[in-house]
Amino acid sequence: MSKSQQIIKTEPGSRLAGFLPKGTSLWKDGARRLRRRKLAMLCLGVIVLYFLLAGFIYLAEFFDWRIGPTLWAEQAGQSYAPPSAENILGTDIFGQSVLRKTLYGTKISITVALCASLISVAIGVPLGAVAGYFRGFVDEIIVWIYSTLSSVPYILLILAFAVVLRDRTLFGYKLTGITAVYLAIGLTSWVGICRLIRGEVIKHKDREYVLAAISYGCSRRRIIFRHLLPNVFHLVIIDFSLRFVAFIHAEVILSFLGLGEAERPSWGAMINDARIELARGVWWQMAAATAAIFFLSLALNIFGDALRDSLDPKLRIQ
Amino acid sequence: MSTYIIRRLLYTIPIVFGVLLLTFVLFILVGGDISVEIAGKGATQETIDEIREEYGLNKPLFLSWDSQFINHFKNSLTFNFGRARDREPVIDKIKRGLGPSLALTVPIFFGVVIISVSLALVAAFVRGTVWDILAVVICVAGMSIPYLSFILFGQYFLAYRWGLFPVFFSPELRMAQYVALPVLIGIAAGLGRNLRFFRTVMLDEMRNDYVRTAFAKGLTVRRVLFKHVLKNAMIPIITRVVLAIPFLFLGSLLLERFFGIPGLGYLMAEAIGSRDYFVISAMTYISALLFVVFNLITDTCYSLVDPRISLE
Repeated sequence: MSKSQQIIKTEPGSRLAGFLPKGTSLWKDGARRLRRRKLAMLCLGVIVLYFLLAGFIYLAEFFDWRIGPTLWAEQAGQSYAPPSAENILGTDIFGQSVLRKTLYGTKISITVALCASLISVAIGVPLGAVAGYFRGFVDEIIVWIYSTLSSVPYILLILAFAVVLRDRTLFGYKLTGITAVYLAIGLTSWVGICRLIRGEVIKHKDREYVLAAISYGCSRRRIIFRHLLPNVFHLVIIDFSLRFVAFIHAEVILSFLGLGEAERPSWGAMINDARIELARGVWWQMAAATAAIFFLSLALNIFGDALRDSLDPKLRIQ
Repeated sequence: MSTYIIRRLLYTIPIVFGVLLLTFVLFILVGGDISVEIAGKGATQETIDEIREEYGLNKPLFLSWDSQFINHFKNSLTFNFGRARDREPVIDKIKRGLGPSLALTVPIFFGVVIISVSLALVAAFVRGTVWDILAVVICVAGMSIPYLSFILFGQYFLAYRWGLFPVFFSPELRMAQYVALPVLIGIAAGLGRNLRFFRTVMLDEMRNDYVRTAFAKGLTVRRVLFKHVLKNAMIPIITRVVLAIPFLFLGSLLLERFFGIPGLGYLMAEAIGSRDYFVISAMTYISALLFVVFNLITDTCYSLVDPRISLE
């Protein structure tokens, strides 16, 4: 970017015209820093590809297109056929194409991780902001709730929720397969973001812009949601990207323990199948699921770190 | 110091209460009456009533001295968790599983901590060089491989294919034999995340003024790292290490399940399969208790390691 582009255009006659650098927002600044990192942009590309694939499968199912991933249930060859030109990643016990199952598993994993993240943000962010802003009794109650939740080992807590929620009817809606999974993950993992937002809101509470808002007579709701939250929201984005990986891995473990999606293929279920298959030398189902998870997590890990460095250089690795 | 510990002890009461409330809500309110499920298919009404009577499911939920709510608290606080699906008392099952679980997880724990802290020191020593970058790349790659894949490929290649270790647990094997491979896999899987964390801790510490002073005095790199940096990096290391201990109790659920080691993780996996709420609820409660205790120990450790810390 050349110097001249940064120069602000103020009204003619102003003494400062031509001298002030153009101010940029936190987001623009972060995006500029992020764009300089080639590896991070490559990883973003990979992540976008996974999301597009998941979205595409949703579309294809909605319009009933008969393409590869939606036809995963069809027999593509013999049982346990090794990788060949016909079936690039081989077939499983029922002769279903492993490639199609892997592609379809993307939809399950992305759906679970996305819904779980949205649930945990929807619970954690408002609670954290309210606790940090009001302090006192409200704060103590919220801190008590999250201290309780965080004193149970994370994976045990998810399992407990998943076991209880599975196949249960809540408000006339039956929680099957992935619904129970993302509810269990979402309801248990808002603690981290809640703690983070609470701490940050406490820090911001006495800053001038909040005092200004109070002096204008803004309502408390307006101060929290229109003034405070936008100023700490970059933490949510960073947390989101790093948590996404953990959710994908949690989904795999839940599916493996038989608490996940039962009827449709998912990466966890594929790895579970591989437990018996490996002894027979059938490695392709295992390898395909592992590779799919590996590339997505790798991209998310690298991109999340780069995002954190760009948006908030002071934040440390957890 | 003692006032602090007493206050800290009092603070654990609401947490334990909260955990009991959580298990009550999850397994009794939301979980509901599972006597029909326990009785199995084709059970008579009498059997179902008997089971209800035994587990106290026929009692009122609240508002009585003999309610399920009060009983849940009473039983949990006295470690009387009732019987599991196979009629064995839950607490006996937990006691039995503790040994194998600890045999598996204690070596993993110490292995991961010792190896990753020393490697982190080495990485801080060679920071900025190709080796350092290589270490970070390997860590991030290791973090991205699912835990299950570590176990499956390790079991397949090391035990099944090359025959270096027994593939599954069997009672006649000596402990060292059946534990070796799971421990190896556990360390390999946990190393990436921990090494990366400890490396960041060390590098953060290296930016401090006292390090520059130490170098300016002409101390050797080794002396600065081991005498100065390591000591100051102890706080974040202790936090991570002590708070990881209660998670040992659960064992490595997946490792035990794959290798058929009859520890707590295996117990948990079985309980999930048979929807045995009593076992899962007891495990949740006990591991939370342990977490609270170790949290207390961490906070006490802080004030021992760093006299500057005065606790609010």
